[in-house]
Amino acid sequence: MITFESVTKVYDSKAQPALNDISFTAEAGEFVFLVGASGSGKSTVIRLVLREEVPTAGRIRVAGKSVVKMPSWRVPYLRRNIGTVFQDFRLLPNKTVFDNVAFTLHVIGKTRAAISTLVPDVLETVGLEGKHKRYPHELSGGEQQRVAIARAVVNKPAILLADEPTGNLDPITGDEIMEVLQRINRAGTTVLMATHDGDIVNRMNRRVIELSNGRIVRDDEHGSYGVSA
Amino acid sequence: MRFSFILSETWNGLRRNMSMVVSVILVTFVSLLFVGAAALLQMQISGMKDYWYDRVQVAIFLCPPDSEAPTCATGEATAEQKQQIETALEGADLSPYVEDVIFEDKAMAYKLFQEQFEGTSLEGSIPEDQMQESYRVKLADAEQYEIINEYFSATPGVEEVVDQNQLLDRLFSVMNVMTAIAIGIAGIMLLCAVLLIATTIRLSAFSRRRETGIMRLVGASNMFIQLPFVLEGVIAAAIGSLMAALGLAVIVHFGVAGWLQSQLASFDLVSVADVALIAPFLVLVGVLMAGLSSLVTLRRYMKV
Repeated sequence: MITFESVTKVYDSKAQPALNDISFTAEAGEFVFLVGASGSGKSTVIRLVLREEVPTAGRIRVAGKSVVKMPSWRVPYLRRNIGTVFQDFRLLPNKTVFDNVAFTLHVIGKTRAAISTLVPDVLETVGLEGKHKRYPHELSGGEQQRVAIARAVVNKPAILLADEPTGNLDPITGDEIMEVLQRINRAGTTVLMATHDGDIVNRMNRRVIELSNGRIVRDDEHGSYGVSA
Repeated sequence: MRFSFILSETWNGLRRNMSMVVSVILVTFVSLLFVGAAALLQMQISGMKDYWYDRVQVAIFLCPPDSEAPTCATGEATAEQKQQIETALEGADLSPYVEDVIFEDKAMAYKLFQEQFEGTSLEGSIPEDQMQESYRVKLADAEQYEIINEYFSATPGVEEVVDQNQLLDRLFSVMNVMTAIAIGIAGIMLLCAVLLIATTIRLSAFSRRRETGIMRLVGASNMFIQLPFVLEGVIAAAIGSLMAALGLAVIVHFGVAGWLQSQLASFDLVSVADVALIAPFLVLVGVLMAGLSSLVTLRRYMKV
């Protein structure tokens, strides 16, 4: 589902590459943790998958398409197939829970009828039934992240990218969010999650790719957070 | 569905940026007011040219009995001298330039004089036998006055050659200077409008970067993200240009048709109908300017 082949990314300002010749494949339906210290290149991987950046060298395939050669007018269609969740939720403060989730569907041109069935469904999936009229500031951090997840998956994307989704949450709330992510993964969505949270990685016992200074130093099928840094 | 979504986004942007939008409207209004004024001045000039060049002629005034001009040393122009002038005008040298010649005798000059000054104290002030005879020459090309002037200014029996177009040319050159000034101001104001629109769009894009960021993330097409911003600029500029058209109509209606026409009764001045003619052009200029400058701005400041 996601394939990196000898990918190198050099930002202009830095002498040292953000990513240095990394290769990995995440199969459809897999749950992959991306771990490593700050600045190890986790976020760059996420940005490359979203085609917010283009690699300096190497090939990237996402959902069967070459991302590098993709003309820019096709990028939005790629992103409709990828859900993204961030540490800071990125909700619209002046829209209700329902409207925040519906925003995605408006933007890609879904009909009102489709929106009125899809949104309640996904709010139930993430455990927010009955809160669709609330505003983000009336919700706890965990609930806000659930809204963000609902927004990311309402269009039923093949891939869900999560960049430190539990970074702003306490451990118990973080576990609840992991529950939600696992539920989405079980439904067939490939999940790629960048995280610092060792406890969560250890408990989940899923595939772990560790980055250090832009290189993959470890790729374990059932890994732990580890201490190889 | 999507269209109403875009419209509501546009409306939100207009509301949030009200003061900037108002300034875009005003700058567009002023700049297009000058563009329109320049256009109207040129319309006035070409209208007058069409009208007057058809009528105004070169007048070859013949010597009256007591003229002091050197060519009139022999006294009043004789029949022989008149014959010479007529022959010259019809001759191979001049006939290509001359469209028509009328001999204005004293009776005709008197009649025209009386008509022109009808009701004033000048009416009847000069007796018919003191009127000056002249040849009224209509040129094929009104600009070729010099040829006639050079040919006849030294001819015996001719007191003076007068190009009546010259009077108009002076007026036209004043109007052309006014046009140039109007275009200069319009150019500067249009540049202001372009820069202001660019700034407004940047500000608007910045204040809505959260929305646009999410839109990008969930796969909104570029056009979908940018259209509300472009529409914002275009709507503001369209309002400004409509105001400019309206302003010109008001100025022409009260200023030109109302006041100036009463001062210059014999002139055919621009009317509100002329404003209606240039109004769509003004709106088009405003809309294109706003659309292009916001597109260019967005291309520079909003990445895919």
